[in-house]
Amino acid sequence: MDSILFLIFAAVAVICGLNLVLQKHPITSALSLVGVMASLAVLYLLLGGEFIAMAQLIVYAGAIMVLFIFVIMLLNAGTEQRPRRRLWASYAGVPLLAGVIGLAAYIVQRSLPATESVSFGGFQEGTAKAIGEKLFSVYVLPFEVTSILILIAIVGAIVLARKEVS
Amino acid sequence: MPQLPIPQSPPISWFLILSAILFALGVAGFLFRRNIITVFMSIELMLNAVNLTFVTFSYKIRQIDGHIFSFFVMVVAAAEAAVGLAIILTVFKNRQTLEIDEVSSLKN
Repeated sequence: MDSILFLIFAAVAVICGLNLVLQKHPITSALSLVGVMASLAVLYLLLGGEFIAMAQLIVYAGAIMVLFIFVIMLLNAGTEQRPRRRLWASYAGVPLLAGVIGLAAYIVQRSLPATESVSFGGFQEGTAKAIGEKLFSVYVLPFEVTSILILIAIVGAIVLARKEVS
Repeated sequence: MPQLPIPQSPPISWFLILSAILFALGVAGFLFRRNIITVFMSIELMLNAVNLTFVTFSYKIRQIDGHIFSFFVMVVAAAEAAVGLAIILTVFKNRQTLEIDEVSSLKN
């Protein structure tokens, strides 16, 4: 049954990803990206990452995508113009991407034994408690540096977006 | 109930292949789209694909470190989204366009 769950949400993720790339209007792309993130959150749960799944839903699908949609609506972004046809791009791009995916799939299939499979509940360490303990013992320096990064991002965003006062 | 032709539980490689597909879609969007916001969203799609790889390998080696790396990736993506969207706002205020080919002051 885990396989069926995986296949359903993987299909949703791939279809939403394709929709993101193919749609002309940015708001449709943004909503497709929300679909990708939500189905990836389900897959994280399947892999035993409860905390990461919830963080994915709250931070990515909640906060970041709201920011994106807010900016799209603020700028009143309309439909994209037809791109100028670059012949080599339109003819070589899709086979090249398919080749890259095929090569990656081949390497993964060769290097990982097919017997090892994922079952729901097979890995139960991904709780908030375990992540918090590791974050504040082994990874405490990167964690603190992250706070400085976020402070810089806040100041940078305010400086960039403020009105010029002469 | 008839036996399905698929395995009972998904192999680890399926997750990695899904991640490769999503990453390739992100690269395609990054290269082919011309709206600056859509290009930015393609970058987010690529980051998500990498996160899936981290969590999958975390399952494989039964260590929690992959979750922490993907947590850091989320933090960096949030910071990047805030600054990037502020830059997009400024570009739009100065040029009234979102076409990525129109913003070429640094070219030549």
